[in-house]
Amino acid sequence: MSAVETARASVGDGRAPELPVIAIDGLTKTFRLPRHRVSTLKERALHPLRRTVYDELRILQDVSFTVGRGEFFGIVGRNGSGKSTLLKCLAGIYRADAGSIRVAERLVPFIELGVGFNPDLTARDNVLINAVMMGLSPREARNRFDAIVDFAELREFLDLKLKNYSSGMQVRLAFSTMVHTDADVLLIDEVLAVGDAAFQQKCFDVFHDLRDRGRTVVLVTHDMTVVERFCHRAILLDEGRIALVGDPIDVGQRYLQRNFEAPGPLPEPENGDEPGPEPPRVRADIVDVWVQDAVGRRVEAVVHGEELEVHCLYESHEAIDRARLDVWIDSAEDARVFGASTMDWAEPPRAIGVGERLHVRVRLRNPFVDGRWHVGCSLLAGSAGQDIVALDNRAASFVSYGARDVYGLARVEHQLSYDRRPAEGPG
Amino acid sequence: MSARAADEAPRLREMHGPSAFAGGWQRFVHLTWTIALTDFRLTYFGSVLGYLWSLVRPFLTFAVLLVVFTQIFNAGKGVPHFAPMLLLGVVLFLFFAEATNSAVSAVVNRESLVRKMQFPRLVIPLSVVLTAALNLAVNLVPVAIFVLASGVEVRATWLLAPIVVLALVAFASGVAMILSSLYVRFRDVAPIWAVVSQVLFYGSAVIYTIDQVPGDWKRLVLANPVASLIQLSRTWVVDPAQGTPAQIMGGAAWGLVPLAVGIAVLALGLWVFNHEAPRIAERL
Repeated sequence: MSAVETARASVGDGRAPELPVIAIDGLTKTFRLPRHRVSTLKERALHPLRRTVYDELRILQDVSFTVGRGEFFGIVGRNGSGKSTLLKCLAGIYRADAGSIRVAERLVPFIELGVGFNPDLTARDNVLINAVMMGLSPREARNRFDAIVDFAELREFLDLKLKNYSSGMQVRLAFSTMVHTDADVLLIDEVLAVGDAAFQQKCFDVFHDLRDRGRTVVLVTHDMTVVERFCHRAILLDEGRIALVGDPIDVGQRYLQRNFEAPGPLPEPENGDEPGPEPPRVRADIVDVWVQDAVGRRVEAVVHGEELEVHCLYESHEAIDRARLDVWIDSAEDARVFGASTMDWAEPPRAIGVGERLHVRVRLRNPFVDGRWHVGCSLLAGSAGQDIVALDNRAASFVSYGARDVYGLARVEHQLSYDRRPAEGPG
Repeated sequence: MSARAADEAPRLREMHGPSAFAGGWQRFVHLTWTIALTDFRLTYFGSVLGYLWSLVRPFLTFAVLLVVFTQIFNAGKGVPHFAPMLLLGVVLFLFFAEATNSAVSAVVNRESLVRKMQFPRLVIPLSVVLTAALNLAVNLVPVAIFVLASGVEVRATWLLAPIVVLALVAFASGVAMILSSLYVRFRDVAPIWAVVSQVLFYGSAVIYTIDQVPGDWKRLVLANPVASLIQLSRTWVVDPAQGTPAQIMGGAAWGLVPLAVGIAVLALGLWVFNHEAPRIAERL
């Protein structure tokens, strides 16, 4: 297992939760589509007794899964696979035809951006109305108003009518209202498609925050990086059935595989709910992770091409025999551009004792283009590094700036050359 | 595992999908009020005279009818306090007409909301009726001034007037529930109701007083809750000589007829709406 996979795999271990807050059992949903829509007076007068003929369209078939408290749960699938219908059944917008949906806490659906937004009202009014829609009382809505507006960064446009807002601004307002509604379970449907990069980053930060605070989130998305990055578990829907439950990495890979395949026969549904390995105990703390410059000052920003050092400080709570140390740097879009590991060392780091502190340093010349870069690190144990002792995918971050004429995400030492040959004559 | 997960297992409850009521009564009230108030504010949004426009329609209708029935036809001549009674009838009936006619397409118009939000579906027809009721409240102030100005004495029975308004709001709500849920399936409801409300206007003793109705027809007219409530308002507010519907129909037992009709319509409305509510989102 490579460092990348190890790091990712720890995000979601694919196990079913012990304490479900959502339990779905045998959910089936069929839509009846009228073959001839009789809805005008004339048609009804001409055929007063004709019964409407319906086509049955089965959207969801025997879908069962559970979502645990504090879980970040992904639902992925191709267009028309039933994921939005599933979310709407969960949200209580559609009634299930068969099967049961049981929920423990207050769900707030965020199916589309700014539901109930009225273009003729000001942003101020819309926020208050939307918050009441989401389940706040008018008083709570007014109390949270400032926080909502500040989060959306739209204070100076408060009294502008919503129809004068750009779609990105509306998204920000809607998203901001949603995260301030205090729902126990958030149902989110592809909301990140709109909005500029900075706001998307903010949404990701919110996702992190929601995860850290143990909120339960059910997310429907096409974006596999989001699934792999945030979700503890995910399901893949295919033509209304669950094709795969469990580890987000597997689900993401299967999804991508599916996307490039012609629709074939359904695979055997796999059961991802089998009991997995014991959850890892806290065996070491990541005490501190920071970035410093060539002269040893801690920095938030590093000039492109300058030397930088990444430092990770661990404190071990138990003896580790064969440790493996990894440090990596990801772009804001989660591309792993750099990784350093003791994996290939002929002589692994010597045993670490109880209570011992381990200080890991990586020195490199900043090759990265402008933007925010995230530092991750892990301490693994076992002969193949299969045992996660401590891991943080985003332990620290820094901003790189001043890069010029760099093609790609980072400058890589290289040589470019060419040679020419005379044209071959026509005879 | 986080500390929260170590709590006892959360109690799961069955979700039954959308319905007319589910979602907590507080949220129900907040939502209904918020939507109604927003609609009320939006109706005359951007117009110079604003709320004054909500007064124009009933008072202009009233003025035309007054001229027609006192100057051209003789229906109102010789009836004491005909003008205030006509005004009361017009204002109350126009509330009923506005509430029910805008309720017809209310659910369909709120499609985006219904398809994307979980909330008690009953909020939609009720908020439409509430918006109309807010308009009515605005109208009742000048109505009271007009009634006083036309020489009607203030009586203790004025205190009973809110009963009329509340009962009319309840009846309109019942009708609104039926219309808004059926319109999702049958678009014919709109033209049918346009015609029916026209019939009701002429059949509800708005433009004439009940004593002008011949004999037994009085009972038929007053069986209609709208006519009965208008009659009550005239008796309590303007002229006690008019008589309550029960007195005119011939006894308290008869007075129960419009009450029963009203309650039946309200119950039917609740039943129909409750029956349709779970599937409204997918039928839109």
